[in-house]
Amino acid sequence: MMDLNLDAPHSMGTTIIGVTYNGGVVLGADSRTSTGMYVANRASDKTTQLTDNVYVCRSGSAADSQVVSDYVRYFLHQHTIQLGQPATVKVSANLIRMLAYNNKNMLQTGLIVGGWDKYEGGKIYGIPLGGTVVEQPFAIGGSGSSYLYGFFDQAWKENMTKEEAEQLVVKAVSLAIARDGASGGVVRTVIINSEGVTRNFYPGDKLQLWHEELEPQNSLLDILNAAGPEPMAI
Amino acid sequence: VKPNSNRIDPPGSFKISDNFRSYSGLRRKKNPILRSLGEKESKQQSKKMSSIGTGYDLSVTTFSPDGRVFQIEYAAKAVDNSGTVVGIKCKDGIVMGVEKLIASKMMLPGSNRRIHSVHRHAGMAVAGLAADGRQIVARAKSEARSYESVYGDAVPVKELSERVASYVHLCTLYWWLRPFGCGVILGGYDKDGPQLYMIEPSGISYRYFGAAIGKGKQAAKTEIEKLKLSEMTCKEGVIEVAKIIYKLHDEAKDKAFELEMSWICEESKREHQKVPDDLLEEAKTAAKTALEEMDAD
Repeated sequence: MMDLNLDAPHSMGTTIIGVTYNGGVVLGADSRTSTGMYVANRASDKTTQLTDNVYVCRSGSAADSQVVSDYVRYFLHQHTIQLGQPATVKVSANLIRMLAYNNKNMLQTGLIVGGWDKYEGGKIYGIPLGGTVVEQPFAIGGSGSSYLYGFFDQAWKENMTKEEAEQLVVKAVSLAIARDGASGGVVRTVIINSEGVTRNFYPGDKLQLWHEELEPQNSLLDILNAAGPEPMAI
Repeated sequence: VKPNSNRIDPPGSFKISDNFRSYSGLRRKKNPILRSLGEKESKQQSKKMSSIGTGYDLSVTTFSPDGRVFQIEYAAKAVDNSGTVVGIKCKDGIVMGVEKLIASKMMLPGSNRRIHSVHRHAGMAVAGLAADGRQIVARAKSEARSYESVYGDAVPVKELSERVASYVHLCTLYWWLRPFGCGVILGGYDKDGPQLYMIEPSGISYRYFGAAIGKGKQAAKTEIEKLKLSEMTCKEGVIEVAKIIYKLHDEAKDKAFELEMSWICEESKREHQKVPDDLLEEAKTAAKTALEEMDAD
């Protein structure tokens, strides 16, 4: 048997996605937190709130990303009080970037900041490992994102509706879960626009099945007693 | 200890023995009725128009019995002695103008600037002690820079004015620091549009449509109130400010003055800039003509 290495630091293999649409943003993530080969949490929430109107998707080291989010939430809270109005997405992204860049030797976390403010509307900022900050119409991150670059090149378009954007995110996370061993569980989405924030939940067994994926089974006996696959017809 | 009412204080004189007695007197609890009587008497006997807070005006960390901090009020007087500074918020931007009294004919025109850029999108016009003003401008520049480096975005004008006001106020809290002897008009253009703030030596900062500090501030405020600012563009505003400054310049008391103006508006691409020379000349001519018309009446 493979060594499970239960003492390994918790890492979120992860698939995280942030997408802008006409009027706001949709953030999405899987829910697997692994400790080596063991799934420490199969229903984690990787989309974390920073302010009322800004959320962040976390990937990489679970501890590092949590601590960074906690610090930035604290700074943004103070900033909001001083400013007298909600913080902008740009400022939130910059605060995360300051921490990520200045502590790059010690941190291992890739983040996607997404939110809505009254000046710029819906915005997505990707902050990968070294502490770069890049404003993008859509961003993907985590180990599962490798399988999505081509997909997004083909499937993303400008000025989608809210429903189109959310369906795109769910489909993409689901595709990544199918291929990436470090991503799995459920799909969580967060929709942020001028009206507020909506959180949605898509259980893993309700997701669409992709190429060569098997139906989820309730019992092993069902698999054993099932008829074998049909021989290929010539 | 005798109450101060028995002594006649010649105005302007400063005897060490006086101060020693009154300083030590403050530490002991006195009959508050006698104390206030003493103050009133010295006010009447003084030939100055303003009140002297004898004994309570030595330190900025001392309140007078009627709740005033005299050192801060004296600092405001330093501002009142300087050339007028005017700022207005037009519908598309901010215009600021300074009546720069020329101390010597040998000064180069354009030197001794009273209006400074604090950041690309904000500028400050200073009235009062010039050296103090330089400190405030330096602090404002530094605050604007540090905000941008931490938050990644240009500092909102409201935030900048609060930080500057907080710094000015800081210098009214400790006995080993004196208050700033200058007032500042801060004009900026950010995501929320053009905004105008005024920061006084006490550390108070308010947002204004039109503000004036210095010698002719009362007259300037009256003139500003006559203007319809919400319908005025900055180009028209420049002419109006020039007219106001020319009008309230007192030829008898102060000899020559130089007009310094700046603006932040759509035309200047929302950046703080000196008013272009041709527009400035146009404004000066218009102001002089307006003056002559008034004199002709």
